[in-house]
Order: sequence, then C-alpha cells, then structure tokens
Amino acid sequence: MSATDYDYRQVEDSITMAPLGRQVHENRHDELLTLNFGPHHPATHGVLRLLVTLEGEVVRDLQPIIGYVHTGIEKTAEDKSYWKVIPVVERMDYLAYYFNAYAYCGAVETLLEVEVPTRAQYLRVIHMELNRIMSHLVWLGTSCLDLGAISMFWYCFRERERILDLFEQSSGQRMHTRYFQVGGVMEDIPVGFAEKLRQFIAIMPERVDQYESILNKNEIVIQRLRHVCPLEAETLMELGVTGPLLRAAGVPWDLRKHDPYCSYGDFDFKVPVGDAGDNYDRFMVRIREMRQSVRIIEQALDGLPEGPWITDDRKVALPPRHELATSMEALIHHFKLVTEGFRVPPGEVYHPVESPRGELGCFVRSDGSSKPARVHMRDPSFVNLQATRPMCQDAYIADLIATLAALDPVLGGIDR
Amino acid sequence: MEIIRQPAGAPVRPSDESMTDFRIRQLRSRDLLNGDLDDAELQQYVEQSIITTTMSKAVDWARGNAMFPATFGLACCAIEMMSIVASRVDVARFGFEAFRASPRQADLLILSGRVSIKMAPVVRRIWDQMLEPKWAIAMGACSSSMGVFNNYAIVPADKFMPVAVHVPGCPPRPEALMHGILKLRHEIVTGPEQGWRERYEAVGTEELVPLLNRNPAHPSEDRAVLPEGSETAVGVARVEGTDVA
Amino acid sequence: MPDATGLELLAQALRDADPDCVLDTLHFRGKAQITVAPASIRATLQALKAKGFRFLCSVHGVDYYPDEPRLGVHYELLDMERVDRITVKLRVPLDAPEVDSVTHDWPTADHQEREVYDMFGVTFTGHPNPRRILMPEDYEGHPQRRDFPIGGEPILFTVNQATGTHYTE
Repeated sequence: MSATDYDYRQVEDSITMAPLGRQVHENRHDELLTLNFGPHHPATHGVLRLLVTLEGEVVRDLQPIIGYVHTGIEKTAEDKSYWKVIPVVERMDYLAYYFNAYAYCGAVETLLEVEVPTRAQYLRVIHMELNRIMSHLVWLGTSCLDLGAISMFWYCFRERERILDLFEQSSGQRMHTRYFQVGGVMEDIPVGFAEKLRQFIAIMPERVDQYESILNKNEIVIQRLRHVCPLEAETLMELGVTGPLLRAAGVPWDLRKHDPYCSYGDFDFKVPVGDAGDNYDRFMVRIREMRQSVRIIEQALDGLPEGPWITDDRKVALPPRHELATSMEALIHHFKLVTEGFRVPPGEVYHPVESPRGELGCFVRSDGSSKPARVHMRDPSFVNLQATRPMCQDAYIADLIATLAALDPVLGGIDR
Repeated sequence: MEIIRQPAGAPVRPSDESMTDFRIRQLRSRDLLNGDLDDAELQQYVEQSIITTTMSKAVDWARGNAMFPATFGLACCAIEMMSIVASRVDVARFGFEAFRASPRQADLLILSGRVSIKMAPVVRRIWDQMLEPKWAIAMGACSSSMGVFNNYAIVPADKFMPVAVHVPGCPPRPEALMHGILKLRHEIVTGPEQGWRERYEAVGTEELVPLLNRNPAHPSEDRAVLPEGSETAVGVARVEGTDVA
Repeated sequence: MPDATGLELLAQALRDADPDCVLDTLHFRGKAQITVAPASIRATLQALKAKGFRFLCSVHGVDYYPDEPRLGVHYELLDMERVDRITVKLRVPLDAPEVDSVTHDWPTADHQEREVYDMFGVTFTGHPNPRRILMPEDYEGHPQRRDFPIGGEPILFTVNQATGTHYTE
C-alpha cells in the first residue's frame, strides 16, 4: 500500500475489541481476589476490618470483621453503681456521647419512675442537638476526606470547635462530659452560655449554606455519590437499619417525631427524607438534619423555662451543697448516694432514642441492688453495618469507600 | 519547651541602633556580592551567617521537626487527634501534618484509643513494620494504663510495645496532646537515645545494621555482624547477587 | 405501646395458635413484655409480624444468674405504623442453650445473634455464620456471663514499681 492508499480512518474502524472482549469475559470468573481491608486503614472509620472479594475492581462479596475495639463496656457497667455507669457508657459511641448517656439515664429514670423537670429536659435537648450537629460535622469532614475533598475537613472541624467550646462552658469537658445525670443534668448552664449559643445559632445556618454550596452541585461529588449503592427501604427495614440511612431511602421514621421523648414534642422541626436511597441522598439528609437541629436548639433556648435542673428526689440526685450545712437528711442522703449509690427497684426496661446514626436503645435490668445487673446498648452502627454487603454488592471499590463513609459507622459503638 | 516573653510595650519602629546595624549588614552583603570583602571581614561575615554543629545534632533536629505520624486512630482519642490536625490547634505549624498511612513511611505512632486484645497483635505488627527511628505516644488513659475500663478486653500499651510519652486525659485536650508531642520533639532534638531499650529490657532487638562480614572466596557464608551483647537470634541477612569489588 | 389489655389479647391470640408457647406476660412501666418457650420463638415472631410488628430492633442476651433457667434472649419488636413496641423474652438453661435462629426471617438478627453467642454462649441452630464476632476467634469463655471474672490489671502504683511488682516486666 502506498502512502496515499493508507486511510487511517478505515484502519481504525476495522479494529474491533470484540474478540478480545469475549476472551476477557470467559476468563473472568477465575479472577476473584480476596483482599483484606485491614483494621489499620486510613479509610475505614475506625478499626473496621473487611474481607473484600474482588473481581477486577468490582466488589463481589464483603464480610465485615469487627471486635478490634471491644472494650467490655457492658461488663464493666455491671461492676459499677448506677451513677458511675454514666461515664463508662458514654464512651461507647464516642461521637454521640450525650445520646449514650441519655439512653442510659432515661432507662434508669423509667425504672426509678422519677420525674425529670422541664428545664432539665430542655437543657438535655439543647445538648443532644448540639451533639447531633457535632457528630454530623465530624462525619461530613471525614467522609469528604475519604472522597478526596480534603478542605471540608477543616471547615467542619472549625464549627466543631465552637460546639466543643459550648460543651466546655456548660460542663467543663469537651468530650464525654458526664453532664447528664439520672434525674436531670449535673449543673445549670452558666452565665454567658445562652449568649454564646445564640451566636452559634446565628452563624451555623450560613455555614451549612457554605457546605451545601461546595458539595451540592459539585460535578465530582455528584458523579461519585449519585445513583451509587442504593438500597431500597424494604431491605433496609429487614436489616434493622434506622436513622439517616432509612430516611434517605424514603421512610420518614424518626423517633423524635413518632415517639417523642424528653419534650421533643414541644418543638417544631422537619425530618429530612430522601427519595433514591443512594449515597447522595444519605449525604444530603445529614446535612439538612444539621439545619433542623439548629431550629430545635433555637426553640429550646427561647422557651427554656425556669426551674430546677435535676429532680428533687433526694434519694436519686445529690442535694445542693448549701443544704448540707443545715439539714441532717441532706447529709445522710449525700453520704448514701456517694458511697453506695441509689437502689433501683427490680425490673427490665428498654429505652430507645434517636441518635445521629439511628435508634440507640439502652436495655437495663436491675435486681434491686445499687449496681445494674445488665446494661446493653443497642447500637445503631452495629446493626447498620449489616447493610454494607447488600449496598456494595457489584459496586466498584471506590464506591465501597464512599458507601462506608455514607454509612457513618462508629466502631466504638459497634464493638462496645 | 521554652517560651520567651517580651514586654508588650516594645517599640514597633526599629530604633536607631538597630537601623544602623541593619544598614551595616546591608552594605556588607553588597560588598560580598561585589567581591569587595577581604580576608578578615570575609571571615567575620561567614562566621556570622553560618552555624556549625555536629552531624548527629543536625540529624536529631531534622528528625524532631519532621515527624510523620501514622494514621492510627482507635477510639475516642482519635477524634481529638483529628482536632490537632484541624485549624485551632494546628499541628502543621510544627511540621507534623503529613500523616502517613503506610507504617513504613511513618515514624510516630500515636496510640489514640483503647487497645483491645484483638487489636494488640495488629498494633504490634504495625509497630514492627515501622522503621527505626520510631517513637510511640500513648494518648489517653486507655492506652497508657487501662483507663476507665479495667477489664478483660483491654491491654495497656506498655505490655507489648515501648512507649515514649504517655499523655493522660480521657480524651486529652488537643492542647494536651500537642504538649505531649512537643515534649517528645524536645526529647528527640536533645537526644533520641532515651534508654528505652534498657528500661524495657529490649537490648538486642535493634534492626540489623548491614555490616557484612564478606569473604569473597566463600560467598555462601555471608553473614551480618550482630551488635555485641545481643543473644537473640535475629536472623541472617543474605545479600545475593551483589558484586563487591 | 399496647396497653395491658392489648397485651393480654395478643397473648391470647398466641396461645390459640400454640397452647404452650406463652409462659408469662408483664406490663411494666408502660411497656409490654411477653415470655415464650424457647422452642416456639420463630413461630411467635412470625405471628407477631403478621400482627404488624415488622421491625426487629434488637436481639440481646441476659444472664439471670443465680435464677434458673439462666440465659435469656430478648427480642425487641417495633410496629412502625402504630408505634407499638413489644419485648419477647425466652430463657434457656446453661446445659441446653440452644435456640432456633430467626435470621432467615429477620436478617437483622445475623450479627446480633452472633454477639449473644459470643458473650453468653447461647447457640443459635440454623444461623448461617455461627462464629464469634467481638472476641478473638480462639477465645475461650463467654465474657458477659455473671460468673466470668471481670479481669483487668492491678493498678500500677509507684510503690509497686519500687518493689518490682509492676506489670511491665
């Protein structure tokens, strides 16, 4: 062929990958590779180990192996008096510590049949919603880190520092504050807390606007999250999944609305619900929940009633310090509570709350003594983790990372 | 670490003396560039702009200021460790923001969180994979001692690996962790041999220094010379195929 | 929550299907609890599913030491339409701790039953993956039983270090 006869377009058109394609197809089923996504990995949120069976880059099977941060919290809780269990149980789901404490305190209060004063309930709501925002911020920062959008990490942690300042102001500790006690909260909020909280409420919605403007219409975010790893609501409910994952699939189930506890019924807020159940909806549901939490906090702060911040029942809550100087009963109660702790009548109760990851339930069994006989926390991430396999079946490994991020597993809660 | 405080009323404008000083240095630099400085002045100029030190001190300084922590978050303390990467307590000021995922590239292991019995062999393996020089910080009460949970499921880190700094707290504030890291940095810069091998009776566990006792006539007998005093069988390094002239 | 009469009606319906399945009913602090015989747990849960309790929230174990039968398994059910909760309990003795696994009907029970096995030793027959989940695979013992020692290290005081009885050696 001379140079003029050579038509490169013709040559290109004649090249077809078809015979090659068939060859690759036939040999495909031999190429399954089982990879250990070890407990030490930058993209598993905590020490989660996954045995992933891959065919090329497609995930064919997935087996989570957990237990790498099993702390025996439930066993330790049986060894301590009821009051002392609160800090132990708080460290379970370490991003939602107020919820752990509230689930446990609520269970014990149900057993004791003590009435929690309204001011304490509102303060509890404020702290729980702040914790919800904080948990979603950490989730957003680390998830975007997994996707590669690293700048979000710094923005989210900037807001998180403001929330931790508020926690530090009310209780003295940034994390694991032991602020919730059986019967109410440990102390009233100090002077200046309401001010600072109002400043935070004023600024948070515009920060959420900033996050949405970075993420919502970003081409890469949409390509990585839209229509990726959806799972329909039926399967999710069979798997026991609750929380933002279920709401992203279209089921508007939120314990704060359907089964109001701790005076959530007094507040007007919406529950964000997605429709497709894919990763994008899971992201959007959580970002919108942050806005709704700000609304709840604002209403709680505006309507904060005066009154005691812990129950008056001296057999359960410590008497105020000034009474110890004048009243003999107060001294005796104080002594009994601090040394032995209060006794709880025998019974078993399961107290569920809506944590940032789903339904967090606390089962407490008491046998009449001053130590619980069994404390079990039904952790939402433990149950939600079972949905990883159906979600990531036949998805790319990069989508597996994004889905793990959207699942929001917290290994402290999973392993307890 | 030393904090030097200066009174707040210090003048903002440089004084006349410092202006003269500065001007003199400017003129000297100009002379240097023109090649106009002669021996004694050149000597003085060079002495003023060079610091001399020993190689080991320089290496220690470099090591201390460029530690690569390994991404090793176990539990709650990991969140506070993430806080030091965030902007309020910024670890990048000190040069430690490059958290390496691979233990081969990291030299600082911050054990942030409780080490359970299932995780302890994994931690030990990661620690073994890290190359010397390496340091470990036990962050928080759970990894330093048993912490809040004194039970069957937790192992204190001292039991299976040497720890250089323990940072107390549950979880320690980011400032506290920074203090621990800076304390470690101070130790490294002033003298890295902290004697932990003697304290933990781990003499002999140094990685092999490749001093080969080669006999070209008998290449099959290539052996590495083990450091003196070590009785542990560390293993034999075979170097195959390299020609030694 | 089903109130006390609702609970009794449910228990009656379950008894009509199988006379020996319901052992006890209890309406405590406003919540319904029903104790069934271990052999009929799958049928009971299916019957409750037909009545609307279609969401299984939690499967967890309890050790009732020193009461016999010692090991208990609790199933927390939720009816989302009517927002009702009911707890189904069963108790098995230590020498015969077998319970039918409900994983085939309720996929959520997979990991949770494994945890009950790991912590208490209740074996679930028919479970697709009956292995330990939280403790290492070769661990012996079931930690959350009441007679399992809590373990832990003695607290390290400086005096111990001085006399050489500290755990770092």
